[in-house]
Amino acid sequence: MNWIQVGNLNDIPRQGSRIVNTATGEIALFRSVDDQVFALNNRCPHKGGPLSQGIVHGKRVTCPLHSWQIDLETGSAIAPDVGCAHKHDVKVEGGILFLDIKVEA
Amino acid sequence: MAKNKTRLVVIGNGMAGIRTIEELLKMSHEEFDITVFGAEPQPNYNRILLSPVLSGEMSFQDTVLNDWSWYTENNITLHTGKLVTKIDRQRCVVETDDGLSVPYDRLLIATGSNPIVLPVPGASLPGVIAYRSIDDVEKMLALAQDKTKTGKRAVVIGGGLLGLEAANGLSLQGMEVDVVHLCEWPMERQLDKAGGDLLKKALEKRGLKFYLARQTESILGEDKVNGLRFKDGEEIAADLVVMAVGIRPNIALAKSAGIHCERGIVVNDTMQTYDPKIYSVGECVQHRGQTYGLVAPLFEQAKVAANHLAEYGRMRYEGSSVSTKLKVTGIDLFSAGDFNPTEGDEELLLQDAARGVYKKLVLRDNKIRGAVMYGDTVDGPWYFQMLRDGTDVSEMREHILFGQSHLGDAGRGGAASVANMADTAEICGCNGVCKGAIVKAIVDKKLFTLEEVRAHTKASSSCGSCTGLVESILANTLGGDYSTKTSKKSICVCTDATHEEIRVAIPSQSLKTLPELMQALNWKTPDGCPKCRPALNFYLLSAWPAEYQDDNASRYINERVHANIQKDGTYSVIPRIWGGVTSPSELRSIADIADKYQVPTVKITGGQRIDLLGVTKENLPKMWGDLVAAGFVSGHAYGKSLRTVKTCVGSEWCRFGTQDSTGLGIKVEKMTWGSWTPHKFKIAVSGCPRNCAEATIKDFGVVCVDSGYEIHVGGNGGIKVRVTDFLCKVSTEEEVMEYCGAFMQVYREEAHYLDRTAPWIERVGLAYVKQRVVEDAAGRAELYARFLESQRYSQDDPWKERAEGKDAHEYAALATIE
Repeated sequence: MNWIQVGNLNDIPRQGSRIVNTATGEIALFRSVDDQVFALNNRCPHKGGPLSQGIVHGKRVTCPLHSWQIDLETGSAIAPDVGCAHKHDVKVEGGILFLDIKVEA
Repeated sequence: MAKNKTRLVVIGNGMAGIRTIEELLKMSHEEFDITVFGAEPQPNYNRILLSPVLSGEMSFQDTVLNDWSWYTENNITLHTGKLVTKIDRQRCVVETDDGLSVPYDRLLIATGSNPIVLPVPGASLPGVIAYRSIDDVEKMLALAQDKTKTGKRAVVIGGGLLGLEAANGLSLQGMEVDVVHLCEWPMERQLDKAGGDLLKKALEKRGLKFYLARQTESILGEDKVNGLRFKDGEEIAADLVVMAVGIRPNIALAKSAGIHCERGIVVNDTMQTYDPKIYSVGECVQHRGQTYGLVAPLFEQAKVAANHLAEYGRMRYEGSSVSTKLKVTGIDLFSAGDFNPTEGDEELLLQDAARGVYKKLVLRDNKIRGAVMYGDTVDGPWYFQMLRDGTDVSEMREHILFGQSHLGDAGRGGAASVANMADTAEICGCNGVCKGAIVKAIVDKKLFTLEEVRAHTKASSSCGSCTGLVESILANTLGGDYSTKTSKKSICVCTDATHEEIRVAIPSQSLKTLPELMQALNWKTPDGCPKCRPALNFYLLSAWPAEYQDDNASRYINERVHANIQKDGTYSVIPRIWGGVTSPSELRSIADIADKYQVPTVKITGGQRIDLLGVTKENLPKMWGDLVAAGFVSGHAYGKSLRTVKTCVGSEWCRFGTQDSTGLGIKVEKMTWGSWTPHKFKIAVSGCPRNCAEATIKDFGVVCVDSGYEIHVGGNGGIKVRVTDFLCKVSTEEEVMEYCGAFMQVYREEAHYLDRTAPWIERVGLAYVKQRVVEDAAGRAELYARFLESQRYSQDDPWKERAEGKDAHEYAALATIE
């Protein structure tokens, strides 16, 4: 585990998202309505749309380009669409966000 | 924990009962312990598809809706081939013929209906079959396919929907088929005489023989049927007699348990019988005096019953209007509503014997009461929609019989019958989906609804212009019953509430935030979905312009960041250019700013503005700052809001110009910019009837004439080109402003979110809009005042605010990790 501090929970609006720039591309951090935080590569498995710009609802985000719905917990597209956005680990401790970047297999 | 579960017993393993369980499982998965009794030995199958099985177009397996594994997976105890003989309402137990007794907390009776058997001598002879179950179909097929005898003859008694489908199927199986019918023409409950005669002719061409206005006296035969005798003495030969004279609600069991029944089991609007523990759905039910035999109403009932069984206690079933379509391949027939005119009704008729086309609409008070169509049924769903919506059709009377294509559906006018299309014909141009792919998905994945087809194939999920075609394919593939939308359509899957119910609830219950609204209307999801949230946000904004705090998280990205997202994740920036009039210095500023931010593409838009494409998100606020400094405001080219006011040069320069169209356009744009509307809203002002600003395809268009200003509304130049309707003529610029504000306000207060003005006007009728905006002067003044009032809060330039630091988090990364 390599937890990197990336900011505070309150930096991300509820039902919203912020991105973290990394050497391997953008990672989108999402905050659900009940303050859970999720991290996925900022690329929709469909046509690479920026998921961070989508509407967050429940534990899902809807891609702004063609409305694919992505499960925030797993990164998988909701059926009948098929595909997966790469997932990273994220945790909140004392209101501070920590990200553990998982290299894509 | 099993003890705490509610024990639900369902009597009837057919479409209505099982659909109720499916709806219930969607809502509350864990809380029920479900037992199902079915009299037939099969799992739940699609009774509607018996006709294609009989005609050989489908196999029984194709019609199975829930196979055995479905029951196991959902922990449902299924008893097939068992007859429930008693409901003991005191002890809350049902008993079966083989001695089983099962207790219930809630009971659902879905026993369906029985075929009516004519009380004539010989009715019980072998070879006399009803047409109701797969068992009946198998018997018919066995007889038809019996190779030991040739030239077999079938007589079908009953020339209604079912009878004709049976006759057609048997004829396709190689039998000689006679149809005996009491009335003078077939399908008299769905067709008038003219339509019925056309149908009869078409079926005769396919080899059916009709005996009309004839009554059966007896069925002949010793140990099996061999013929039939009419009241007038004539006899005809028969190896098979099919009785398809109608169905009767199967209420014997309910009646024996003392549950109040009339023609059917009487239920209230929650599908509850007179015993509060017992609910009932399907063909056995009588609701508000009506019984139903088609699938769409049964599914609506199932939804309501499930809602109450799950103790949500919200929905009501308020009856259904039904439409019918005959499932005989190659014969197009559609009927809906009350089509036999009575006093006070008007009748519109189109009859073209050579083309085999017949259409009739029955109107009362300018609203459609009924429709009969034969030969060309493409517009059936459209008429049916207007029938249910109560649309005032007075403005389209002249053309209505020619169909929707003659009312501006230029994009799809040629799309006659989808049945005749090749499998490779492209239906959805946005997503490249062909007819064959849609049909395959419907059959393989057992899809029922437009939403399911959209999810699985993407057809009609983008711009939506092919929705009608996709619905026709559904109808043609599955039979018309499926395609009909429920009469009450909820805004999305999160709720049962309709757009209207939401709009009414907001002021009446004084709901002022999204969470309040969702709670008051029993949202099923914690925080909605991308369909409902933007709609609710708009409705609240429109209802409380001064107070409501816009919810950014419920805005689509373009409206959230005030720019248009492009396919590569960059944005386009379009500053407002009032009335399309600019100046060298403005153009110089735009050029400098485009240089400074290295804008890759600069494009003139269709709305007389300049589009700067390919701007990265973090550059947006800086660029806006520079544009604001140069005197520009946001063009709202990204919003469900006023877009542009397009103008021509008008009387200032043009030798034909009658009024100052440019000046008026600028005034109108200054008044309306920044307003949020249900969908985008475009305006144009043309200086003379040559109409260079193309005002007659805008939401609100002004055409200047020598004596004043013609006002046109409801035009559209996009997906579906629609020419505006003429609203009225006024004589001053001030009046133009007032009518414009009033029209926008009534549209904004009453249209559904994402309705452009064109479909909204087609739904409510131009007469209604005229009444609100033209005839009612006091009402118009009030609308106009409300429009101006809400504009007070919406004309702060969003670009300026963001250049100054508002929503800074939207445009900056949270962190950068090297």
